[in-house]
Amino acid sequence: MKVILLPLLMLLLAAPLLAAAPEEFDDPAKQARYDSMLREMRCLVCQNESLAESPAELARDLRREVARMIREDKPDAEIRAFLIERYGDYVLYRPPLRADTLALWLGPFVILLLALIGAAFYLRRRSRGHKETPLDPAERARLKRLLGEDETS
Amino acid sequence: MIRAVLPLLLLLMLAGLLWVGLGLDPGRVPSPLIGKPAPAFELPDLERDGETVTEVDISAEGVALFNVWASWCPPCLDEHPLFMALAAREEVPIVGLNYRDQPEAAREWLARHGNPYRRVAADSDGRTGIDWGVYGVPETYVVDGEGIIRYKHVGPIDETILENEIMPLVRELQAGEAP
Repeated sequence: MKVILLPLLMLLLAAPLLAAAPEEFDDPAKQARYDSMLREMRCLVCQNESLAESPAELARDLRREVARMIREDKPDAEIRAFLIERYGDYVLYRPPLRADTLALWLGPFVILLLALIGAAFYLRRRSRGHKETPLDPAERARLKRLLGEDETS
Repeated sequence: MIRAVLPLLLLLMLAGLLWVGLGLDPGRVPSPLIGKPAPAFELPDLERDGETVTEVDISAEGVALFNVWASWCPPCLDEHPLFMALAAREEVPIVGLNYRDQPEAAREWLARHGNPYRRVAADSDGRTGIDWGVYGVPETYVVDGEGIIRYKHVGPIDETILENEIMPLVRELQAGEAP
């Protein structure tokens, strides 16, 4: 059973690689650039996959274009600009830091800061509330009465 | 008072955010090409052997629709009758981009379902589609008489989109062009 299962499992795991059919380079440095670049790009057809892993035809076309530009030694910025010109910032998994993306970049930290301030206030008030204040004579008498009643019942 | 209301307020704000997010269509990505000149191309004419179609042909007669379609794309067939009816009205020329398709299959498709296009450019390898930022066929663009892209719709158009979004824009642009 295992003899059949293992190759089958391996085949199953290898299927996404076959589907993505990446471009190959002779130069390892170019290969590394190509691989890291594609991982940063979103495939617009299946939006939860990067260009590196998507089996969509558009992703294959775009991989071919990126590979062509890398073979031509175009700088990363130019390749990125090529894709942004056509598909917008949306192709980037890491959007550029600009006035209209400020909320996206800083929002989480602002919320974290607010949460920390809120927590600090809460903890300070709680620790202050724990300070023991001595009972005044009236309260003491009431306590005695309550305890006394409790004992008798 | 604030202590009691604050968590509720935060919950409502979060719910509001998620509610809005739920209504957004992640398939609709704003095109960076709007307001820019139509990307250049020179492709074989699908129907006339030896002739080519370029981006200049789109706006040769003024405002035009540019429709990206393929014979392998079922939603293209859904929107097709609308384009047939529109072509019959002769209000605005429609130029087609046959995206990643076999020319024979595309010609057969047009012969069977009717041809609403003034010209059809055959983008067999999808290279021109990349320049136009095509990511989901069908796509429909409005290109003005100056060759500037004014509007883009991803996915099949329907009666509502055509009459409420596309045609008012087309008429507005045509009115602007009239001497």
